[in-house]
Amino acid sequence: MSAENLQLFEIFLRSRRGLDHKHVGSLHAEDHEQALEYARDVYTRRSEGVSIWVVKSDDICASQEDDSESFYDPSNDKPYRLATYYQLPDEVNNM
Amino acid sequence: MVSDMNEETKQAVLNYTIRLGDDAVVIGHRIAEWCRNAPFLEEDLALSNVALDFIGRARMFYGYAEELADDGRKEDYFAYMRDHREYQNLLIMELPRGDFAYTMVRQLLVDVFNLYYLEQLISSTDETLAAIAGKAIKETRYHLRRSHEWVLRLGLGTDESKIRAQKAVDDIWGFTHELFDLDELEQQMADAGIGVDNRSLQQDWSAKVKSILEEASLIVPEDSWKVKGGREGYHTEYLGQMLNEMQCVHRANPGLEW
Repeated sequence: MSAENLQLFEIFLRSRRGLDHKHVGSLHAEDHEQALEYARDVYTRRSEGVSIWVVKSDDICASQEDDSESFYDPSNDKPYRLATYYQLPDEVNNM
Repeated sequence: MVSDMNEETKQAVLNYTIRLGDDAVVIGHRIAEWCRNAPFLEEDLALSNVALDFIGRARMFYGYAEELADDGRKEDYFAYMRDHREYQNLLIMELPRGDFAYTMVRQLLVDVFNLYYLEQLISSTDETLAAIAGKAIKETRYHLRRSHEWVLRLGLGTDESKIRAQKAVDDIWGFTHELFDLDELEQQMADAGIGVDNRSLQQDWSAKVKSILEEASLIVPEDSWKVKGGREGYHTEYLGQMLNEMQCVHRANPGLEW
């Protein structure tokens, strides 16, 4: 058997109750169930987590480097979208 | 409490504890032989984790043996200074790792046994053994989850994986009867509420193993042959070879600690 026949999964761990799941890496497995177990063995050996999510890497739709011009540049000249752009009246200065 | 035991009981518990340590260290070493040899990286780490669980378990048993013996023999003595005739592990633990299917089938048979065994040992009147069992059973439930799933994958996988899994079941089956055999010491420990009456586990074990094998579309073998002897120190030829390798560092550097 080789890893070529396996699927790639992305692993998300929640380190403590109350925190969000964070991406920690990826691994190969045959299916979700096995991915969950391998995630336990690979990423929680030193008590790093209390909850695991596994997601097929194929199921992630990611933005591309090529898109950055149209995705992110347009917001650069719109400072009025930031709260700091506005001069607050003295009455609400501590907002 | 060790201090409350009379000398005879203490010796009996010591011998019983050493056996449990032997079971754990031997199968732990066999699984550890997969480290860097497993089919792919993730499984390599997973198997090494299981191996470390067993070696950790052996350390707990040998650590307790050290306390019971109270004669200067340390946990390293029990693991590294005894030859195969002094080892009293069950034979199924020492069988060579074979191919991946063989390792996983053996693991399933042992994990189901450990599950029922540890469930009983938790109620031992010996507080230390009960505490070790309480810790170990959590690991065993995970081991069984893995070996159960792997046996299904192999049995229901390709023609090749099914043939290999079935061959493993057939080859190992005769070694499973020893799991439920009680000798004088084990009977004494069971009667005293310290050890487990292994015979009482056989029905549950058979039912569970059969249901998993059938689920994996593997054939449950006939009880045509059985071997035993591990508890008396009569082993297969493989244990001596295994100990040779396992103990070589300690033999080259006696008493070395790190």
